[in-house]
Amino acid sequence: MAHAGQIAEKRSAMRVQAETIAFVIMVAALIVAPFFVYPIFLMQAMCFALFACAFNLLVGYVGLLSFGHALYFGWASYLAAYAAKAWGLPPILAILTGTAAGAVLGLLAGVVAIRRQGIYFAMITLALAQMMYFVALQAPFTGGEDGIQAVPRGYLFGIVDLRGEVAMYIFVLVIFLAGFLFIYRIIHSPFGEVLKAIRENETRAISLGYKTERYKLMAFVLSATLAGLAGATKALVVQLASLTDVNWPMSGEVVLMTLVGGLGTIFGPVVGAVTIVSMENFLAGIGRWVPVIQGTIFVACVLLFRRGIIGELAAKLRIRL
Amino acid sequence: MFEIFGIPSTALFGQLLIGLINGSFYALLSLGLAVIFGMLNIINFAHGAQYMLGAFAAFLLLQYTGLNYWWALIVVPIILGVVGVITERLFLQWLYRLDHLYGLLLTFGLALVIEGVFRNEFGSSGLPYRMPSALTGGQNLGFMFLPNYRAWVIVASLVVCFGTWFLIERTRLGAYLRAATENPTLVRAFGINVPRMITLTYGFGVALAAFAGVMAAPIYNVSPQMGSEIIIVVFAVVVIGGMGSILGAIVSGFALGIIEGLTKVFFPEASNVVIFVIMAIVLLVRPAGLFGQSS
Repeated sequence: MAHAGQIAEKRSAMRVQAETIAFVIMVAALIVAPFFVYPIFLMQAMCFALFACAFNLLVGYVGLLSFGHALYFGWASYLAAYAAKAWGLPPILAILTGTAAGAVLGLLAGVVAIRRQGIYFAMITLALAQMMYFVALQAPFTGGEDGIQAVPRGYLFGIVDLRGEVAMYIFVLVIFLAGFLFIYRIIHSPFGEVLKAIRENETRAISLGYKTERYKLMAFVLSATLAGLAGATKALVVQLASLTDVNWPMSGEVVLMTLVGGLGTIFGPVVGAVTIVSMENFLAGIGRWVPVIQGTIFVACVLLFRRGIIGELAAKLRIRL
Repeated sequence: MFEIFGIPSTALFGQLLIGLINGSFYALLSLGLAVIFGMLNIINFAHGAQYMLGAFAAFLLLQYTGLNYWWALIVVPIILGVVGVITERLFLQWLYRLDHLYGLLLTFGLALVIEGVFRNEFGSSGLPYRMPSALTGGQNLGFMFLPNYRAWVIVASLVVCFGTWFLIERTRLGAYLRAATENPTLVRAFGINVPRMITLTYGFGVALAAFAGVMAAPIYNVSPQMGSEIIIVVFAVVVIGGMGSILGAIVSGFALGIIEGLTKVFFPEASNVVIFVIMAIVLLVRPAGLFGQSS
């Protein structure tokens, strides 16, 4: 037993070491990258990476596949854009408004959706998201097909002008890293351990006395809130909130990002998001074919490498995630 | 003309008819989903795309070979049934031992590919399909005008739905199918080729979607996105009805179509969302669905 314990401890130490190295590399890359790549592209990629991390919190660590995460991303983006433009709120408050919208919508949808598991859960979340897509389509404040355009980025703390690319980049980087570390903290907290227990064997978790429904709802709300944070930030980055962000292909896209990077891995969603966003950017000239390519990647991932980029890499390096 | 609750009767019955038509398609598609799910434990996200393929196949047959609607009604389900069998052999058969979610992801990918290819090839504006000449015109029922084609769609869909129900619930083949759903290992031990049955079931489910697609071609425009528009609503229908029962899928399909039609009369702004709202209410009151057994 002592031997097994030692091995487990060693493995866990190895994992922490690998994660620390990966985190340092990620931060270094994000600091250096804007000197080589368009900052606006990187900022968008970070928003999608945070979105994918938030989604992964639910699918990777609780085992609940949501097919409607565009709901929180898109609606948060609308509310942040509206708060910044129509109410003239400063950027932090606009983003908080959007994030709060994600939280409230997550609570409402979560109460309904967690009543079923597995594929039903996926279908329910998709249907609820589609419902709110129609609401967004018809509600006057969203601007229908036009969306909310020319969203002002405003002044951070009343002094820093976020129209400057450097200031905005640092602002988005801080939000992304804060969100990422928060998710890391959740996953490695006692709460996160219960979530993983539910993923592995919900019946057993119930028999151990955990009120799994509450844990699942809490995880759902956290995931929706962080997706909201990502959507709200994106609204300020691209200065636009539109129907694209709230429609079902966006829900599919975040699933794809996470799947490509590696379900249930910390860095997978980040790698997946960067991969997919770069691909779409690279293929902008043949944009009409993007859904076909995305679909092909879906099929290839499911059939050939279900562990995703990070999962395969970890398996090669013999690191247990 | 008379009025009911302040609504002119022609408007009311007109929307009721549209509701019944939509309900016919919801019923046919959710039936196919339920049959596939029962055997393969896969939610066939590509079902909408296969329905769209059915409509396009009818359109292309008429365009290039001159095969008319009635031929399409027979030939298209067979062709797409074969395509379904090939799809199952190529892709789906590797997923049965994995989490059910992978089936959803894979078929979602297939749906993206199919829809994307057709959108590039035919644009997204939609193409008209001529109504068969035998079914043009309509009947004046006194209180409303009933176009012949719409009456045909409702009758044909009812016949196919109940035919499928009969096949699965009342024949020997259906008994094997139900037994294999319950316990495939045991049924295999009795010498029945379960993997082949699974393959053919998928083919049959796809053929049902294709049949619905052919029937939809003269009513709606034939367009690449017609499948993804309807499939999410059908998912909600399936959640409401519960996938455990064939009859449940049929009844909830028609009922929700009618409710949607009535909403268009009394509260048009909500007609897009009414089915989703009903789904949320049903989940809160009866999580297993109206016809499902709680597990």
